[in-house]
Amino acid sequence: MRIRGRRVCSLRRLIAAAVLVCCLPGGAGAQPPDADRGHEIRSDRSIAGRSAAWPTSAEFRRVVTLQDYNVRIVVLGTTLLGCAAGMVGSFTLLRKRALMGDALSHSTLPGIALAFILATHWGLGAKSMFVLLIGATASGLVGVAAILAIGRLTRLKEDTALGAVLSVFFGGGVALLGVIQQMKTGHAAGLESFIYGKTASMARADTQLIAAAASVCIVACLLLFKELKLLCFDDDFAGSRGYPVTRLDMTLMALVVMVTIVGLQAVGLILMIALLIIPAASARFWTERLGRMFLISGGIGAASGLLGAETSALFSKLPSGAMIVLVCTALFVVSMAFGSARGLSVRIRKRMQLNRSVDRQHLLRALFELQEESSHTAGARHATDQHESFGVEDLLDMRSWSKRRLFRTIRRARADGMVDWDRDRVRLTRRGAIEAARLTRQHRLWELYLMSYAEIAPSRVDRDADAIEHVLEPEIIAELESLLERKHASIPESPHPLHESPESVSPSEQGGA
Amino acid sequence: MANESTPPSAASSPAPPAAAPNGGRTGNGTVPLSVYDLTVAYDRKPVVWDVGFDVPPGSLVGIVGPNGAGKSTLLKAVMDLIPRASGRVEVFGESYRRNRDRVGYVPQRESVDWDFPVDALDVVTMGLYREIGWCRPVRKKHRQMAMDALHRVGIADLASRQISQLSGGQQQRTFLARALVQDADLYLMDEPFAAVDAATERAIVELLNEMKQRGKTAVVIHHDLQTVPEYFDHVVLLNMRIVAHGPVSETFTPENLQKTYGGRLTLLEEVSAAMRRQEGSL
Repeated sequence: MRIRGRRVCSLRRLIAAAVLVCCLPGGAGAQPPDADRGHEIRSDRSIAGRSAAWPTSAEFRRVVTLQDYNVRIVVLGTTLLGCAAGMVGSFTLLRKRALMGDALSHSTLPGIALAFILATHWGLGAKSMFVLLIGATASGLVGVAAILAIGRLTRLKEDTALGAVLSVFFGGGVALLGVIQQMKTGHAAGLESFIYGKTASMARADTQLIAAAASVCIVACLLLFKELKLLCFDDDFAGSRGYPVTRLDMTLMALVVMVTIVGLQAVGLILMIALLIIPAASARFWTERLGRMFLISGGIGAASGLLGAETSALFSKLPSGAMIVLVCTALFVVSMAFGSARGLSVRIRKRMQLNRSVDRQHLLRALFELQEESSHTAGARHATDQHESFGVEDLLDMRSWSKRRLFRTIRRARADGMVDWDRDRVRLTRRGAIEAARLTRQHRLWELYLMSYAEIAPSRVDRDADAIEHVLEPEIIAELESLLERKHASIPESPHPLHESPESVSPSEQGGA
Repeated sequence: MANESTPPSAASSPAPPAAAPNGGRTGNGTVPLSVYDLTVAYDRKPVVWDVGFDVPPGSLVGIVGPNGAGKSTLLKAVMDLIPRASGRVEVFGESYRRNRDRVGYVPQRESVDWDFPVDALDVVTMGLYREIGWCRPVRKKHRQMAMDALHRVGIADLASRQISQLSGGQQQRTFLARALVQDADLYLMDEPFAAVDAATERAIVELLNEMKQRGKTAVVIHHDLQTVPEYFDHVVLLNMRIVAHGPVSETFTPENLQKTYGGRLTLLEEVSAAMRRQEGSL
């Protein structure tokens, strides 16, 4: 999945770069003069259209408080769009169909261009958004159908079909845009806004369209929530229970189509996929429950739409689609770093906790074994309340751990009341002794298991047991007990000599501070 | 190689009479599952050839065979999850479609992504979605039913744990609970014993026996030959076609096992390889 994603992404970057080279510098010159004027007029309506300078505080306030009617329209549209895309996206992400949306959006371009040409030819209002979007939908669906057909009829993998169709359709679209610019009646201005997204060209009717489509998507997701959940989790089971799996898949795809088509104008067909993937992927870092993921994803999408469109309104030279995606990405980075369920910080903290508890277990077992040994040599004197104290040097001999690490572990164990520490001598407390006995027992049960079932030599068994005992769960311990027929809580003798010669220490144990 | 045109029936001729498809006999409402002449092909490569057998009511039936023998395919074809090339399936004397609610399915554990953002209770509740109905929310009553099912498989305390945090055995128990919550009459289970701990294995066996006592039937794909006589009454020995089926005491013999696992079905494999080659050259 990751590989496929990277491949298609780089493909998309290539195409985007190609378009930038072909369209932008040449395109501006090739456009009829009135097209440029059209741009100017439109962007004049947005409040900061005249300069790319830093906005004044008054402008800033006007945008943030949504006083300007046009800004309000645009922001409302992109917010709703982001919300719907986030919600639909959480299902497509889990269905592992995320890139289908990308293929779909790229495939819309030839449809838009063709619709424009035909509409001009027949004298319809060439700029009629409705006609253009019909064209976009039609060619988007043809593109998706082509991917499915290629996958089914040939033995090519789906990612291959996806990449091929995506680039062919997009290339065709770019070629048709070139044709349009050659046309005498061409008023191609505004068509590029479908590629990169340009909220400045959005009118009230467009926002109404977005609002309608977004509402349909959100309502459909809520109504079909549990059906889509089942589809994404286990389609075989869904099929066995009589759910029409193919039709459910189609429904999900239809929702993607709707979001994508109405989002073309605001976000652009290259970047639309970001709104379908990134909010859902970000939301996953915050929760382990689909319901919450769905809502968080919608929220992140809405926030991206809102903040992105406002930034774009403040800095007229910054295209809205890019701004929305950048805000979205910022939220993704924050989620990845600080997400409360599986963000990096949580995982690093867990890892550190694990390391600490492993060190703790090593310390307690070392103390237990030292005590065991000394009570052996001194005769049956064990199990008194007073536990013997041992020097740090003895402990350092037991394992190959650094002094610093050992001291740190001892300090933490003392803070938890497991050991007493007095002038370089360490002693188990009563609580520590109980814990140490439990750990040693686990360790030796596991050693015995390895020796009797996995036939590992006694001289190697300590290391192998060491690596695994920290993950032993109660149910595995129970199974070990029943296997080794040791129901009583006694601690078995160590199956190998406790003190090993220094050269048998494995290098992996050394220097782990 | 020279015999690529040999019809499949010739290749399966070593099958004992027990494997003969149960011809024109029509099923009746008491037989949980009857399979007639079932053939399934993936990409025109046949996986299950001409399979026919009856499952007696109230029995525990093990389906046994080597990897790639078409065991999972057989179950999926029974439930219309994959198209059948030919053949017929009856569930309690009618089509699967009509008696779907009397069948509980336990898919292979590996068939889903356990990283999915749901907890164990959610997964079990999925067994009730059909009963709850389209577009309706899951209610407290349904969650309670799911909880009861989790109790029955002994992991009620893990109900709110995200499913990737469950051990393999616990995941398998979750899947079982999802089928149990339906209260079906026929259970189809795909390798429920695969890679589970001993405690889970015992729990599943107990459940199967309890089901049997309540008159339920289970068809279970199984991989551990040693435990077949202990766990099952009937056995279906499958290797693309049926090698033998019937009561364990009569059918589960070294000769039949040899036929199932030892004798490679060279002709069948050659034919399907030839078909694939032909496909590739087109």
